[in-house]
Amino acid sequence: MELFRLDAMQVADGIKKREFSAEEYIQQLLERIDRVEPKVNAFITINRKEAIDKARSIDKKVRDGEPVGPLAGVAVSVKDNICVKGIRTTCASKMLENYVPPYSATVVIRLDDAGAIVIGKANLDEFAMGTTTEFSKHGATRNPWDISRVPGGSSGGSAASVASLECAVSLGSDTGGSVRCPASFCSVIGIKPTYGLVSRYGLVSYANSLEQIGPAGRTVADVTAVMNAIAGSDRNDHTTLDMKPDYSSRVPDRRFRIGIVKEFLSGADPEVAKVVYNAADILTKQGCKCEEVSLGSVEYALASYYTIAMAEASSNLARYDNVRYGFEMSSEGYEWNSYYAKVRSNFGEEVKRRIIVGSYVLSSGYYGKYYLKAQQVRSILKQELKSLFKTYDLLMGPTMPILPFKMGEKIDDPIKMYLVDIDTVVANLAGTPAISIPGGFSGGLPVGLQLMADEFQEQTMLDAASLFESVTHVQRSPDL
Amino acid sequence: METKIGLEIHCQLTGAKSKLFCSCSCEYRGKEANSNICPTCAGLPGTLPLLSRRAVELAGMISAALGCTVPEEIAFYRKNYFYPDLPKNFQLTQYNAYGITSMGVDGIMQYGDGKSARIRRVQLEEDPGRLVYEGSMETSPYALIDYNRAGVPLVEIVTEPDFADPKDVRLFLDKVTSLIEHLGVCDTRLEGSVRCDANVSVGGGNRVEIKNVSSFADVEKALRYEITRQNSMASRDIEIKSETRHWDDARKLTKESRTKEEEQDYRYFPEPDVPSIVLGSEFPSLVSRSMPELPDKRKERFISKHGLSPHVAQVLIDNKELADFFETAMSAHYLPREIANWIVNDLMGFVDEQQKEERSILAGLKVTPGHIAELARLVDEGTINRSIAQQVLAQAVKTGEMPSQVVRKTHSSRIDDSDELGRVVDSVFKAEQSAVQDAKSNANAANFLLGKVMAATKGRADPKAALELIHKKLAEQS
Repeated sequence: MELFRLDAMQVADGIKKREFSAEEYIQQLLERIDRVEPKVNAFITINRKEAIDKARSIDKKVRDGEPVGPLAGVAVSVKDNICVKGIRTTCASKMLENYVPPYSATVVIRLDDAGAIVIGKANLDEFAMGTTTEFSKHGATRNPWDISRVPGGSSGGSAASVASLECAVSLGSDTGGSVRCPASFCSVIGIKPTYGLVSRYGLVSYANSLEQIGPAGRTVADVTAVMNAIAGSDRNDHTTLDMKPDYSSRVPDRRFRIGIVKEFLSGADPEVAKVVYNAADILTKQGCKCEEVSLGSVEYALASYYTIAMAEASSNLARYDNVRYGFEMSSEGYEWNSYYAKVRSNFGEEVKRRIIVGSYVLSSGYYGKYYLKAQQVRSILKQELKSLFKTYDLLMGPTMPILPFKMGEKIDDPIKMYLVDIDTVVANLAGTPAISIPGGFSGGLPVGLQLMADEFQEQTMLDAASLFESVTHVQRSPDL
Repeated sequence: METKIGLEIHCQLTGAKSKLFCSCSCEYRGKEANSNICPTCAGLPGTLPLLSRRAVELAGMISAALGCTVPEEIAFYRKNYFYPDLPKNFQLTQYNAYGITSMGVDGIMQYGDGKSARIRRVQLEEDPGRLVYEGSMETSPYALIDYNRAGVPLVEIVTEPDFADPKDVRLFLDKVTSLIEHLGVCDTRLEGSVRCDANVSVGGGNRVEIKNVSSFADVEKALRYEITRQNSMASRDIEIKSETRHWDDARKLTKESRTKEEEQDYRYFPEPDVPSIVLGSEFPSLVSRSMPELPDKRKERFISKHGLSPHVAQVLIDNKELADFFETAMSAHYLPREIANWIVNDLMGFVDEQQKEERSILAGLKVTPGHIAELARLVDEGTINRSIAQQVLAQAVKTGEMPSQVVRKTHSSRIDDSDELGRVVDSVFKAEQSAVQDAKSNANAANFLLGKVMAATKGRADPKAALELIHKKLAEQS
């Protein structure tokens, strides 16, 4: 049996029923990784020894009749900006080339408690800044559906590793669409939870007020199980809310009122729009009520998003000065200011660009013009969404306005690159949840469908995703 | 020319026990370098600040005690600048440019005799780490960084430029220090736990900041130096630059900062990881209720209930340690004025200026409140006279012996036996015959004889009784 093809729920079930051992499963996955990594490059670090050790300890518990957790033995890849104790966490940057965190992120501890096994650290755009996973010191990740194309980003390694059957599920981080975009481009499911639902403790900050850790997986049931493991308040993160949800992935009886966001479709590639309208037809046939709605302030969303994200990034990334941790570079003979300048020239181009723009928008005299204005747009957008969610359970549109594009196509044009985030940044600005689910294909390339719900309405989102999944059969992994 | 002085006082909230945003201890002193740190205060990637509720309460107390308005909601801002003692290369602090977010604003404090100074704001922030040099900063071949202090809660008190005289600054600083001691928020005896920067302008000219002043006595000195410097420049029509000057402790002068501190842009923005804190409208009254007795009230009580003079009460109050000492002694023997006078006039004579500066007045002394209480009782009961008592105190300060013990050992108790005193007077009369003759016609000469009696008894004689005996004997002889 090809164990690496199994979904997370099948894996946990099979291990608990002793149909196969966790060790066999992990061994097969490691072989799979060795086979496909040369094509995909989804991982920065592969956690061979520890993964096998953990698998053995789970097998022992199963033999001894001890409880092993709902994700027993399930292989998870973790984006390399989420700390796992004892494993280097590079953020795909030269600046953290040798950084080994002395603690694990809350989400990692929770997954470990649920029995999951960290199989490796997934590739990303440097410090999660990008939409293609091309800005990585460890080389670009490629789209498993067409390795000449980008897998999306910044959690490209996460989505690609799931689609390539190198792991069952993955943890990514979503600051402006970084989980949903690659989920869309790789035909897997990706969630951006409500702000404050999942602890960010241990996630290397890019833009604190926007980002959340979220899962990627091949089935609604899998991402639901991961959400159940990681969501809920954490005393190490003051921005988490006091709650412990328990989500279901059963196909619901309920039918939904869905608003199709006009602005998301008008700017989209017609091929992409076609898939979205087709999905709306499918849902309508199932008894949902779909109608077109307008979200006027989308027009200002990108400007607002990039202003806030870059402002926060410019400050968050100030700590990388190579004084306390980082990479090999002697400070002998430098005055500290010149040492900082020398050290920090090692950031990649995109990161430097964002630090510079972020510093500019915060500088005295410009704060009101940019940062405060961006925050105003943010609250207007929130209000507009709030009023739409009085009428609609969900808002729908494409996750990405375009199909996965060729590697290198947009890398030299940052504005073009930023523009494709138009549909995803809305949920980050508003703090509301969103999910990308495989909607279909166009010319062999995946198209993701984005569903957005009101804050803390993850269950509504998952219900609609389960309903859609139950009546469609969109392929989740390509032949590699 | 009109002089305007404003102050920035930094006070560590050692009473909060933990750092401002993590659970590491405030006690960083004397620890091995970089041992009092955790991932959060070391600014490791992925860590998040966790605000100490206790520090907010203590800062609230300071704000309330300084008469500030405490807002219903406070927030933290990032102050961004690169410096090796900052683990994150930004400092979490508070900022009022886009709405009031600091712990307190618009306060006022009375000090001295009817003077007052306005408090612009009280804010809570993190202390940076420490840079350690070999010798001086200028000549050291390296700089070592110790992050043990990084993240210790710091309250910054900023006054309006309401001072004209460095002496007033000193009085104000003494009052503030006593206030934070009484609140129990800061152990002021710890080195560097209270720091003060000052800014000065004369005749409406540019403002000069003075930094690096290590003691309050030096604040006064630095201000005097700076005012003289600015006045002499102004009198020669030389423009005073707006700049930061450092106090040179060794040479006792202010000097231009070696590093050019250009106008920094700190790019303040609200800290996203610490949601704004709703204190609520009840917070100020809750804080006020939990506050201990403050110096002004205590001074009033010392005067009205225990009959101390305002001056003596003020000296005691200016240092909580001294006021506590007084109260403990008084509870042993209720002789408040006697005890207070012994503390203020005599005991303080044994404390050197250094110790006063360090706010640990009584640390080196072997005298306890019990000693002073007993001394006061011995004097009050007439067992020893004042001059003997002073010698007894001197001895007790040296050895820690109880005053009664000292008296017994040195046979210094007063000569009560009139026969014994009579024998001494007789022998003085015999030895000083010419003075005796003088005394018969000149009253002052009797005092000379008394002096001889006191000398012969090493001060143990009761001067009143001795004088009576002398007069009696003179009358007998004439």
